[in-house]
Amino acid sequence: MKKVNVEKNAAEFIYQDDIHVTEHDKNLWNARQKRDTAAAQIPEWEELRNLASAIKEHTLTHLDQYLEQFVTNAEKRGIKVHFANDAAEHNAIAYEILSSHRVKNIIKSKSMLQEECGMTPFLEEKGIGVLETDLGERIQQLSEQIPSHIVMPAIHQTKEDIAKLFAEKIGTDPNNTDPASLNTAMRNNARPKFLLADAGMTGGNFAIAETGTFVVCTNEGNADLTASLPPLHIASIGIEKILPKAEDLGVFIRILSRSALGTPATQYTSHFTGPREGAEMHIILTDNGRSKRLAMDEFWKSLKCIRCGACMNTCPVYRRSSGLAYGATYSGPIGIIIDPTFDAKKYSELPFHSSLCGSCSEVCPVHINIAEQIMDWRKVMMKNKEVDFSRRMAFKAVGVMLGHPKLFRAVEKVAYNAINILPEAITENKTLDPWAAHRKLPDVKKETFREWYIKNRKNNEQ
Amino acid sequence: MKVALFVPCYIDLIYPEVAIATLELLEKYNIEVIVPLNQTCCGQPTANEGDQENSAKIEKAFAENFQDLDVDYIVGPAGSCVKQIRQHFDAIPQTEKVTAMRAKTIELVQFFTDVLKITDFSNISFPHTIAIHNSCSSIRGLHITSRSEWMEPRYNKTEELLNSIKDITIKHIDRPDECCGFGGTFCVTDEAVSAKMGQDKVSDYVRNGIEYVVSPDMSCLMHQKGVSDKEKTNLKFLHVAQILNNGPF
Repeated sequence: MKKVNVEKNAAEFIYQDDIHVTEHDKNLWNARQKRDTAAAQIPEWEELRNLASAIKEHTLTHLDQYLEQFVTNAEKRGIKVHFANDAAEHNAIAYEILSSHRVKNIIKSKSMLQEECGMTPFLEEKGIGVLETDLGERIQQLSEQIPSHIVMPAIHQTKEDIAKLFAEKIGTDPNNTDPASLNTAMRNNARPKFLLADAGMTGGNFAIAETGTFVVCTNEGNADLTASLPPLHIASIGIEKILPKAEDLGVFIRILSRSALGTPATQYTSHFTGPREGAEMHIILTDNGRSKRLAMDEFWKSLKCIRCGACMNTCPVYRRSSGLAYGATYSGPIGIIIDPTFDAKKYSELPFHSSLCGSCSEVCPVHINIAEQIMDWRKVMMKNKEVDFSRRMAFKAVGVMLGHPKLFRAVEKVAYNAINILPEAITENKTLDPWAAHRKLPDVKKETFREWYIKNRKNNEQ
Repeated sequence: MKVALFVPCYIDLIYPEVAIATLELLEKYNIEVIVPLNQTCCGQPTANEGDQENSAKIEKAFAENFQDLDVDYIVGPAGSCVKQIRQHFDAIPQTEKVTAMRAKTIELVQFFTDVLKITDFSNISFPHTIAIHNSCSSIRGLHITSRSEWMEPRYNKTEELLNSIKDITIKHIDRPDECCGFGGTFCVTDEAVSAKMGQDKVSDYVRNGIEYVVSPDMSCLMHQKGVSDKEKTNLKFLHVAQILNNGPF
């Protein structure tokens, strides 16, 4: 699989015009600020984060027993539970259920797991029509792009982009960029199709072991429509979504939407505990690399993630890159540490797309040590020689130079001479030096501190 | 008190005045300062790349310079290099000497606020409007300020020192703790994003009428000044030691 060149993709996002990167950065920073305001209103905010982190770590380290408990209780409620080891199994199970019910069209609400499994293209290939009910996801479906953000899938698009898209796809006025009318136009276009669906598919934010309930959080109520209109509901749930008890749920509901968008809770927090009369409910509990990750000492804590997107909103690099640059289901800081567990070659450059500012770790509501894991992935990539040869050799030279004081002093002199003697046309040539495209070189002083010290404080020298 | 002065590689070469200001400042407060003359670097450039093999060579050289010194502290005028030593620096065996050396390495501002407990510099005047840039390593690594992501009591140790300076005006920019995009090797390997982050940082200063940007970390300022000079603003950049010591500028 070809490596994702995230640096190049990010540069293209930045240089396409002045509008997209500016809007993208502004909107996501706004979400981070709203998160701060919402968190500040909860006196026990830090206790909640500690508690959420502890519940997740406890559950993940006792996952086998809680999974069994969940399945037993869900089945008691009349839910049919299936197990999928990987994406292919997940998709095959979904297709098997759908085809045995002669389903022609499904509606679905947002599910990162179904994205991860590539379910929509799989089902479409088999002749099943798939319609996204979440507005942002529908925009991405019509744009033929994957979601660029966990919570705000189309955040990289401006309202002008969307007006143009809707004009082309559903015949609205391309000059009308008013968000409310665009929203209404899509609602009027999509809702009649909802009624024709034979089945609905959702994800699941939380699955409660003691009751067999799963919970779906949305802001548009689209998961409720998806689950309630057709007679067949299939939910795809990752095995890490388990919570032991109903009382644990309160902790997560309180931090999820505050971290994501700065709102007290999602507009809809829907609990599903068994099918309604005359309908069927299925769960596909999916591993797809999760138990392998659980066994990785440095990286298992990434399974604590509740998909709030706070790390993306705060990430200064993500805000300038857009999610599509990462070329993966998960983007931003959490994507950097999850994606390589799926394909360490394809995503080998992602861990280097970070300034290591550390804000992701600090903002995370379940205290995932994201920045530390980014560093650990760099070590893995360097060791596996996934890093370009020239880059590895450059750092070898740095290591040799800085490991040998005499050599370092010699190189200091060369650097001084090079920076001061070479004409600006050469030192500021973009292809010769990536520093200089948007930055002046620093002045290098005639005398290093060491030389000054020997001259001025010689008698102190040890 | 006796300290060893840790002079990061880029300060030795590009910002000798910062090391001079730091040395003079420590001497002013009657601290005996040793400068190991064979020191090179903390190893951060290679460690950030995940290159443990080459980091080990640099860390070995650092330890040879510092681990046997009979000093109370190792003081460095650079938050990110100090963070590297205190919190990473794991490419060589962690002998007792190495861990002791790492534990007594401290950043300059925190050496004043936390060890010496000296925060009054009212004998110095600096009649300018400044913004403080605490680096990401200093904030989220060394906790030189409270972290905006945490709902914790607010403080800023750099500001505590600079607040006492006569005639100074300290202004807070719109995003004071947003990374400026330096990020070590990131600034060249991820040039487009790094430059954009730097440009946004410089715009924030300009929009807020800042004359001087003051930081305990020159590495961020090297990048910010590079962007600022390219964009031909009038911003000036100083290390906090240069103000506290009243030069050299």
